Amino acid sequence: MRKIIGIILLIIIAWGIGTSLQEIPFGISRAKLADHYIHNGKEETGAANIVTSVVVSYRSLDTLGEVTVLFLAAIGLGAVLAALKQKSVKESEKASLILSTGCRLLFPLILLFGAYIFIHGHLTPGGGFQGGAIVASAFVLMYLGCHKEKKINETGSILSESLGGLAFIVIGLIGLAIGTGYFLNNFLPKGEFNTLLSAGIIPIIYIAIGFKVGAELSKIIDLLMEES
Amino acid sequence: MSFLHNYIYYIGAFGLVFIGLFIMAVKRNYIKIIIGLSILEAGVNLFLISVGYIANGTAPIFSRTVLNAENMVDPVPQALVLTAIVIGLAVMGLALSLAIGLYRHFGTLNLREIKEQRW
Repeated sequence: MRKIIGIILLIIIAWGIGTSLQEIPFGISRAKLADHYIHNGKEETGAANIVTSVVVSYRSLDTLGEVTVLFLAAIGLGAVLAALKQKSVKESEKASLILSTGCRLLFPLILLFGAYIFIHGHLTPGGGFQGGAIVASAFVLMYLGCHKEKKINETGSILSESLGGLAFIVIGLIGLAIGTGYFLNNFLPKGEFNTLLSAGIIPIIYIAIGFKVGAELSKIIDLLMEES
Repeated sequence: MSFLHNYIYYIGAFGLVFIGLFIMAVKRNYIKIIIGLSILEAGVNLFLISVGYIANGTAPIFSRTVLNAENMVDPVPQALVLTAIVIGLAVMGLALSLAIGLYRHFGTLNLREIKEQRW
């Protein structure tokens, strides 16, 4: 009964969406705003990756909000799980030699790859959030492969998280103080286009975001693994 | 055939959205509802990306000088989806932690059984 009602409801919604989508042509034109970003983004921000220049330069205040949402979610998860904390020692088998050696070998390489992704965020596809997720995936590997023998250093995680957030805001405030004076103003020289040291504050902000997101996601994984 | 060719991204995206909606409306297990939410999210993200697509377009990155700005796809939905994925991840983490709490308290994840139990 429930399924039939669900299917009927979905058919009605699908009909509505289908009729409205037929009016939108697929794959033809960009919006005006996107045209501005694509034609002027190269000169205005100095970043080769236009998506990065939208995320970190044109709309960087929104990115600050996004980072805050992630921070709040991590805090909420910690609060919910801390309220239910119960100590249970489970019998667990040790991981085999091949598994633990393999994960110990791969762990630094994955960290390095994550760092590469967030340092090159203004040149190649990627950036702080993606690099942070890759860093956190290295910690998932460590938890699953090395079987809880190793834990993340809590002081280090909190330190990199807060320093990342602080660096973002301090760079924004310096931009407010110098030059034309708006929040997250690009006050550094733009450098040579398409090289690592270009695009002013964008790589610095993305490195800060990478540290912050990596620390937060690995903390979420740590909390969930502790409970399971 | 040309209809399918023109609208294949929309069909795929809304297929995912409807699968997710159906799971969320019909299933009673909390974990399955979270899985439905995640499928729905993937569908919405795919739809946003495909709205910004331009036929035979390239990624909006000036990695080589030969790339023409006219052929680049819309960067704004991509930046939006970047945000949406991160927020989705945060929501997923919170929902899973609530699932752990529900299971500890009631001993089941079936929402109908939880409703019948005394709080």
